Amino acid sequence: MFKKLFSKLTIKQKQALWGYLFLIVPMIFYLGVRFYPTLNSFYISLTDWDIVSKNKNFIGISNYIELFHDEVFWKTLGNTFEYIIYGLPLNLFLSFVIAYNINKLRYGLTIYRTLYFIPYLTSLVAVSWVWRWLYQPIPLGIFNNFLAQFGIAQQPFLESTSQALPSILAPTIWVQIGFQVIIFLAGLKGVPKYLYEAADIDGASNMQKLFRITIPLLRPTIVFLVVTGSIRYLRIFTQVYNMTYQGEGGPLNSTKPLVLYIYNSAFRRFEMGYASAMTVILFVIILVITLFQLKVLNKHD
Amino acid sequence: MKKLIMILLVMLLAFGFTFSAAAEKVEITYWQYYYETKEETINELIDMFEKENPDIEVKHETFPYENYNTKVAASVPSGSGPNIINLYYGWLPLYINAGYLKPLPHDEFAPADIEEEFFSLVSAAKIDNHYYALPTAVRSLALIYNKRLFKEAGLDPEQPPKTLEELVDYAVKLTKRDKAGNLIQEGMTMALRGQLHHWVREVLIRQYGGQPYSEDNREVMYDSEAGYDAFGYFMDLAREHKIGEPNFMTDDVTAFKSQRAAMTIDGSFRIGTLDKVGNLDYGIAELPTHNGIKSNFASFWANGITSFTEGKELEASIKFLKFLTSDQAMQLWLTNVGELPAKPSAAFTDENRNDPKYGPFIRGLEYAHATYFVDEMSQRQVWTDAYDRVMLEGKSVKEAVDKAAQEEQKVLDEYYEGK
Repeated sequence: MFKKLFSKLTIKQKQALWGYLFLIVPMIFYLGVRFYPTLNSFYISLTDWDIVSKNKNFIGISNYIELFHDEVFWKTLGNTFEYIIYGLPLNLFLSFVIAYNINKLRYGLTIYRTLYFIPYLTSLVAVSWVWRWLYQPIPLGIFNNFLAQFGIAQQPFLESTSQALPSILAPTIWVQIGFQVIIFLAGLKGVPKYLYEAADIDGASNMQKLFRITIPLLRPTIVFLVVTGSIRYLRIFTQVYNMTYQGEGGPLNSTKPLVLYIYNSAFRRFEMGYASAMTVILFVIILVITLFQLKVLNKHD
Repeated sequence: MKKLIMILLVMLLAFGFTFSAAAEKVEITYWQYYYETKEETINELIDMFEKENPDIEVKHETFPYENYNTKVAASVPSGSGPNIINLYYGWLPLYINAGYLKPLPHDEFAPADIEEEFFSLVSAAKIDNHYYALPTAVRSLALIYNKRLFKEAGLDPEQPPKTLEELVDYAVKLTKRDKAGNLIQEGMTMALRGQLHHWVREVLIRQYGGQPYSEDNREVMYDSEAGYDAFGYFMDLAREHKIGEPNFMTDDVTAFKSQRAAMTIDGSFRIGTLDKVGNLDYGIAELPTHNGIKSNFASFWANGITSFTEGKELEASIKFLKFLTSDQAMQLWLTNVGELPAKPSAAFTDENRNDPKYGPFIRGLEYAHATYFVDEMSQRQVWTDAYDRVMLEGKSVKEAVDKAAQEEQKVLDEYYEGK
């Protein structure tokens, strides 16, 4: 029966059929590992499930109402936006400056590229712990010992509600620069040389070349980095989990991002329904921000 | 060819025999978190148990402490996991409510017998007249101090502080700062997130004349004068006398081990760790008293049987649990791990009571209280937050304690309302 049907198909149809056959594996994987849990978490967010009990009682939007009144939730949401608002622009600016200057080098380009990329290859957990030790008070911490050499009072860094968040941002930016520099370099290589030659003939200054040629032509690269960078900062977790005591995002929740609050609610306090409600909200936020960025930044294309 | 067939047949037979012999053995699995001396001791106990019961094989698995609770919780909905499991007593309500643990059968572990034999704090594992778990050992707190640093500061290493006032004097003398005022040696460790939140909750509050919770454990009572005084005493150590900082040398244990902290309050389980540090000359004393009141905090890790354990595995698990709670296991646990026997008959021997190391802990057990935790992690967090509110946000001690009480009450309410 199948054989008969199969033989009736044209060669093109047969090829397409084979194509879909091979696609089944990743499709099933995606449906099972990505879409099913995503859809399921929408449902769980409407229940009071606590991981260990067998029943998931439907409680409507109670979780969302509770979230609205939860000051820790608003605090963590605010922290998440602080990470992205301070982190992302600084990250993009530094990466561009570095890439722009490396790109001008005649010699040693590979070495610089490698040096900047190595932090990105290092395990984020290891990076976080090394930085955590660097920030320690005297006698352990290198930063504070360094400050003390110059007679500057030691800084609390991770132990202060105001300094902790920037202290966690620093290694995050340091790591992300590696990735962004590489992408910027690839983008810079893609700018046609003849445009600069034409500009030289017209007597354009370096600044004019930068703002009239380089940056406009890097728009697709920038869009890509802004979108992926935003998502990365919105999902910041590993650094905070490893750099604050017992992964609590302290002191007093001053560094706790939304994702860490979700994790602690789900896997430490076992409030799966509540955590799922937050996940749904994070999903909506990421979706809105990404669509907005794509729309605004791609306007001229 | 015939020869080959014969050899094959013999091999097949031999294989079949070993296979069936192995199949008759009952295999049960035991889970606990990773703590070096605990892992070694359980392995030693398993060897002894398997020698007595050649038909039972115990598989022993450990997980890092940080993820242990998560790992256990994740194994619940999947119905997988061990037959016997070691859980902190503060987590038991959650798992018992979820039906993860089997009530211990009355014919093997009669509640009346348990209450007669074990310390009364073990009743934290009893819900609706059933015991769900039993400990090998219990732990209490004591003051651990560095004798070398005592001598250096001109203090008598055989006369540790006996009252809270003396504790302040000693700690001030033992604190060292460099010229710029940076702390280089702690008089006493100050991290509430370690064992010190227990000290504030069950010891200081009681010594200042209060009680941390109501009789039925459902209501927070420390938002009272006693509570403010108790936490005020602790905060004065940090603010007025500046004898330590919570993150000094990363944590209390590291600070004490590296001889950068002169005193610490910790559990008996730390003895094994401290003994492994070379040339650390330390002494142990009972917790300082106040107003003539002695108090201590006791806690335990208990072994329970999971609800999906049935038939032969259940029989084997009961046997193993009996073995783990035998006097023999308790004594081995004391000498190897440093945790105290869970039965007064085994703990309060003259030899144990007068032991220079375990003695203070064992004597402390006589007047110890256990906190009936419903969510140990959140209930600890309210105290570290209270500290931060005073130190970082400049709140008063009263404000910080009131906030802690309010937050902890919410945790208790959520648990008892859900029941």
